Amino acid sequence: MVRPYTMTGGRTRPEPEFDLIALVVGDVDVTPELPVGPEQAALLRLCRANALSVAELAAETDLPVGVVRVLLGDLLDAEYIRVSRPVPPALLPDEHILQEVIDGLRAL
Amino acid sequence: MDSAPSEIPRLALKILVAGGFGVGKTTLVGAVSEIRPLRTEEQLTAAGRGVDDLGGVERKTTTTVAMDFGRITVRDGLAVYLFGTPGQDRFWFLWDELATGALGAVVLADTRRLTDCFPAVDFFERRDIPFVVAVNRFAGTRDFRPDEVSRALDLDAGTPVVRCDARQRASGKQVLVALVEHASTVHAARTPVDAVVGEAR
Repeated sequence: MVRPYTMTGGRTRPEPEFDLIALVVGDVDVTPELPVGPEQAALLRLCRANALSVAELAAETDLPVGVVRVLLGDLLDAEYIRVSRPVPPALLPDEHILQEVIDGLRAL
Repeated sequence: MDSAPSEIPRLALKILVAGGFGVGKTTLVGAVSEIRPLRTEEQLTAAGRGVDDLGGVERKTTTTVAMDFGRITVRDGLAVYLFGTPGQDRFWFLWDELATGALGAVVLADTRRLTDCFPAVDFFERRDIPFVVAVNRFAGTRDFRPDEVSRALDLDAGTPVVRCDARQRASGKQVLVALVEHASTVHAARTPVDAVVGEAR
């Protein structure tokens, strides 16, 4: 029996809410001196080279999304990662972007 | 702070894939995703309803809700993420989170169990989230015309109904194209043409 929230010190809510498609980029290399736990180190390694979504990080580390969010909150506080916020719905309707998506899907 | 290792892709769009249990949501996501279908899990702890016979200790049950998801990179800096919504009604609060900021949704329907997609249709209609209904063709089912499905589901005029084979990548792509086209029309009608796209960072 695993108790996932022991990894987060019992916390279930990170300070900022990370959307599932928020993209995370790691800004530091994981070294033994880096004051992070093994789960946070795993998250940092995954997003060091390429931005990964919160959902992908959860899937790759096999951790519940809620746990990943709390751990990412700590990493963000420490400025070890940067997180891009998804485009707010009000800004979505740019026709060029949607046309690009349509063309991109057709070309797949 | 200045030594950025890689640019963060600027735009990530979210599309939901909803529908009743066993209708092909996982299949559709897997067919069009460029990455192997991933599952992410949310663990929920709920206090058990009953009280144990022995000592009245409250039982806690942990439920795992799995969400399938996939990714399609349109170009550098523009990616579409697909999320299959959990089928069971009791996880609807997760739908709310998933639906926040979504570009639109695909409601997968099986004509043998059309009523299974009523909850999804209601959900997206109430929240004004653009969606298309994709009728997944199963072997041995009668082919319904889109207008028949539309009437049976009492869809708003303008909500597209398309037929698909969720196992086929080409077919899944067509469903997504239909959705983005529909979403594009809906959004264009809602907002002035000169809507500014902010410097999303």
